[in-house]
Amino acid sequence: MSFINYSSREINCKIVYYGPGLCGKTTNLQYIYANTNPSAKGKMISLATETERTLFFDFLPLSLGEIRGFKTRFHLYTVPGQVFYDASRKLILKGVDGVVFVADSQIERMEANIESVENLRTNLSEQGYDLDKIPYVIQYNKRDLPNAAPMEELQSLLNPRGVPHFEAVAPKGDGVYETLKAIARSILTELKRGT
Amino acid sequence: MAAPTMVMYDEEFQQISTVCERLSREANAKIVFLVDKNGQLIASIGATENLDTTSLASLTAGNIAATGGLAKLIGEKEFSILFHEGEKDNLHISIIGGRVILVVIFDSRSSLGLVRLRVKKASDELNKIFEILMKKAQGPGGGLGGPGSPFAEITDDDIDNLFSE
Repeated sequence: MSFINYSSREINCKIVYYGPGLCGKTTNLQYIYANTNPSAKGKMISLATETERTLFFDFLPLSLGEIRGFKTRFHLYTVPGQVFYDASRKLILKGVDGVVFVADSQIERMEANIESVENLRTNLSEQGYDLDKIPYVIQYNKRDLPNAAPMEELQSLLNPRGVPHFEAVAPKGDGVYETLKAIARSILTELKRGT
Repeated sequence: MAAPTMVMYDEEFQQISTVCERLSREANAKIVFLVDKNGQLIASIGATENLDTTSLASLTAGNIAATGGLAKLIGEKEFSILFHEGEKDNLHISIIGGRVILVVIFDSRSSLGLVRLRVKKASDELNKIFEILMKKAQGPGGGLGGPGSPFAEITDDDIDNLFSE
């Protein structure tokens, strides 16, 4: 649910990074935070455990510039990936405008990826959203690891809808901005259509 | 889409700001702000210059979402008022009409009783304004998408330009 403010001439949208534990959701936000012009970003907040696992969410506000005289602001959130934090994941999906699914390319994590996509679909539908209809992109992270699964296999298992997808190495920033741009574009296109 | 987009117009924004300003004055508060349940800041009044209001808004919404989750687990609909007491400053958080969150920050110059009393009055007024706003946003020509909206005119080039830097 985007928030259009005619008074301050702003559009605010919410993007959620979803995916299995340790797939690199927080790393995506950290890279964006470290490499964005200070004037375009707010403070990054991480509600994490002592061992730096996400406990509730990470939050990063970004402003991308103006579109037809409206300032566009994107609020980036991550969910806690660990399976037992499901109640928190549901809360963070409230009012989402677009979802980035960060998949862990390692072949050993394939089941965790599939389980997480299913969990995303269920949690979205509880909020009244349909994963097949909302703005959605997939990022295949950790492409630099030797045990990364082939792209064709990942695509056939995780992307039957054929949404935009990107290969990434999040700590180096490969594919990070491409993913963000794709989801932002998809949200704005949806807004244009007037949902 | 599950939830309609929230829209704010000048007229209602002025009314909301007036109510918040009065609340801030009458409750002797330091800061008053309004957030929607998804964490978007709607309005803020008071000494906000040195305050990260965007983060405050997001964390407030997270807080309300988490306590709302707790409420459901014990069979309550929601906890409509939360109060956090600090050494100097305190936070009074309340839900208005089930959709907007009103936050009042106050110190020893005020009291919980006074804040609660003033918040109750302001909540009724704010609720009325938001009801009108929702009707207006959902009515014909209601601000987003479709013909007549500024967003219907957005071109692919406009979107490309956002990323041109």
